[in-house]
Amino acid sequence: MSNNLDLKKGLDIPIKGVAAPEVIKSVSPDIVAVKPTDFAGLVPRLLVKEGDAVKAGSPVMADKQRPEILFTSPVSGKVESIVRGQKRKLLAVLIKADAKQEYAELGAKAPATAAEAKELLLKSGLWGALIQRPYGIMAKPEDTPKAIFVSSFSTAPLAANTDFVLGDALQDIQAGIDALAKIAPVHVSIRKETQSASPFHKLENATLHTVSGKHPAGNVGVQISHIAPIQKGELVWTVSLLHLAAIGHVVNTGKLDLTRKVAVTGPGATRTGYVVCLPGTPVKEITPVPADIRVVGGDVLTGENLGADGYLGFFQNQLTLLPEGHEREWFGWAKPFRPNVHSSSWCYFSWLTPKKQYDMDTNLHGGPRAFVETKCFEDVTPMDIFPIYLIKACLAGDIEKMEKFGIYEVLPEDLALCDYVDPSKNEIQAYIQKGIDLMIKEMA
Amino acid sequence: MADEKKPGLLEKGGKLYWLHSSIDAFDTFLRVPGTVTFKGAHVRDGIDLKRVMIMVVIALVPAALFGMYNVGLQTSTLYGLDWGFWHMFWYGLLRMLPLFVVSYAVGLAIEFASAQIREEEVNEGYLVTGFLIPLIVPVDVPLWMLALATAFSVIFVKEVFGGTGMNIWNPALVARAFLFFSYPSSMSGSSVWVSKTWVPALKDVDAVSAATPLAIAHDGAFDAATGAVGQYSFMDMFWGFIPGSTGETSVIAILLGACLLVWTGVASWKIMVSSLAGGLLVGWLGQIGGATTLPCYYQLVMGGFLFGSVFMATDPVTAAQTETGKWIYGFLVGALAVVVRLWNPGYMEGMMLAILLMNTFAPLIDHCVVSVATSRRAKKAQTA
Repeated sequence: MSNNLDLKKGLDIPIKGVAAPEVIKSVSPDIVAVKPTDFAGLVPRLLVKEGDAVKAGSPVMADKQRPEILFTSPVSGKVESIVRGQKRKLLAVLIKADAKQEYAELGAKAPATAAEAKELLLKSGLWGALIQRPYGIMAKPEDTPKAIFVSSFSTAPLAANTDFVLGDALQDIQAGIDALAKIAPVHVSIRKETQSASPFHKLENATLHTVSGKHPAGNVGVQISHIAPIQKGELVWTVSLLHLAAIGHVVNTGKLDLTRKVAVTGPGATRTGYVVCLPGTPVKEITPVPADIRVVGGDVLTGENLGADGYLGFFQNQLTLLPEGHEREWFGWAKPFRPNVHSSSWCYFSWLTPKKQYDMDTNLHGGPRAFVETKCFEDVTPMDIFPIYLIKACLAGDIEKMEKFGIYEVLPEDLALCDYVDPSKNEIQAYIQKGIDLMIKEMA
Repeated sequence: MADEKKPGLLEKGGKLYWLHSSIDAFDTFLRVPGTVTFKGAHVRDGIDLKRVMIMVVIALVPAALFGMYNVGLQTSTLYGLDWGFWHMFWYGLLRMLPLFVVSYAVGLAIEFASAQIREEEVNEGYLVTGFLIPLIVPVDVPLWMLALATAFSVIFVKEVFGGTGMNIWNPALVARAFLFFSYPSSMSGSSVWVSKTWVPALKDVDAVSAATPLAIAHDGAFDAATGAVGQYSFMDMFWGFIPGSTGETSVIAILLGACLLVWTGVASWKIMVSSLAGGLLVGWLGQIGGATTLPCYYQLVMGGFLFGSVFMATDPVTAAQTETGKWIYGFLVGALAVVVRLWNPGYMEGMMLAILLMNTFAPLIDHCVVSVATSRRAKKAQTA
């Protein structure tokens, strides 16, 4: 394979609580939530009311601006309640699941054209899985992207092992690739270290790339920036392997099945491992949540704080349980050794124990300050950009400079490690998101 | 305990709100804040600015300790006092203590007040600045001058720009420059470098001339046969048994600090190396061009060159921030410093002004580096 990418920069955060590749239980939830907040840039229009019966795969809501984009229920059952927040913002549609699952018939047929492929995605409720870059928002059906990128692995802390999670869904993934290839060329990246063992190197109809390196080497944005950097005016779509398999499943069987193996991880988890469940499953049914533990949907760098009463998101196949770090350590910064605190900086001694895994908590380990050390950002950003200049352009809201420094190529997740390593405790991901929001507003 | 008073009193509207930055500063000095992440990454690295800054202070300790000993040594040698090692060290320590006290008291008072005005937390940057200032001035500098210079530099070079991280020039160097231009008689010449004010026996003795090797070399008293500058051999200068500002004399002590800074990654080795390269190159050009008879490596062991390269030029806030920019910036600092030394008849030490000048140009260097890189990227994209 000639498409080979070796990334030198990056950081694997040594956090305790990796999930061993075994399924610890299967959950058939009583209540499942469909959350419009999972989709960036979505203004939802509700298509059901309380008491309506739905099947797995039948529409629950649509995009207000593009009503052809449907969002469907992952289960069959009855709409139990509609949860709204401030200003009547739609937060979730709660569906009480039937004992026996029924599936809406979506038609098992491999699409022959791009229009058919789009049609399939739109009505199955899987359109929302397509993310457009730049900006990281939901793709638009009228666009034709330059390419569609899929990363077959994640390097994020404690991320679910895709070989284990999706290794048996190869046929579905292949069907998904075939469907998307009607729209645009598909690129799939494979982890170099496990390439020969990986089931995904047999995939066809897509350009395969091997990638090696520390996190964020598995981030699709980092891979795109090396394979085919996004220029102004270009569009690229990305989709996760998980949803690629779901798309293929619709093609092969005509049924929407979002069942996934969710990795329960983290130092706060009473038991780590994989739980088979649907998106929208209540967190408490997936794993017990002890007191003063934060439940993060996704990984610790980019995940969402779901809360113990939350529901697993559409894109999430990982829960990380973290103790809240309210405890105040005496003379923390002044101690020569802090064996329980990890630091990538050589001002501490974590480099002495490279194999050690840490019981991390959510403590900020310092107070917010102005930027002082800035080389640390470059060390964890394996992209051809100047992170600190991009960050400052975003803070200043300078569109021209943001373009120049590569705003089209990044999403907050690609610079998530900057959040982690910054001694000044800046919220880099929030700054980048602010810049992207401004771009969306100004470029619309 | 400070945090037990927190609810009410120190919150906005509370009676002691006007003190909250200061109390927070002491509180977080003792204990890590209990703040948890609320957006962005949910876990964070253990590193914070307090740790970064304390590393620089630790790196300065060998130079400071040697400097204290050297203060006593110079006084004892020059006035024929025949002190022992500990006597010299204690003299230097006691002589330096007031400088540290004044530097920290004045600087931190202003830092605390400005943090309070801006309603921010107190920044740690002054831990380093406050330690640097006493090390780069003559030991007998009057304390009121030091206080004035410190206040000027902290207010006008740092706080008006928004505090640590926002400043353009290195505050410690500006304090020195302020003294240099306002009170030249206390800052230069050959009689300011050796302390005698605290020795009762010397009360009525006139100050004896004790020129620094830099000044001696400037007057051309370099003995090519023995390699000595005036009465000081190369090894004297390398170890630091020469008059000069307290922290700058000992190459070996500074190199110890440099090792720590490079090891921990707090300071950029690229700036240090390129600065030395710049100094050596210009020193060599000056030697073959006939501007000086000194071998180029003498430039590195005399005066504040090495101290400036290691501790001042590498300040991450005021130095160039791009990696290529650091090479250029460092090289120009070293080169300019030696240019001033060799081709400026009135002024023999160029390091301070070279660094301040390059501080000014660091953003321009970065701008050029970034522009070149982004246009290269754009071209690559067009051809791709």
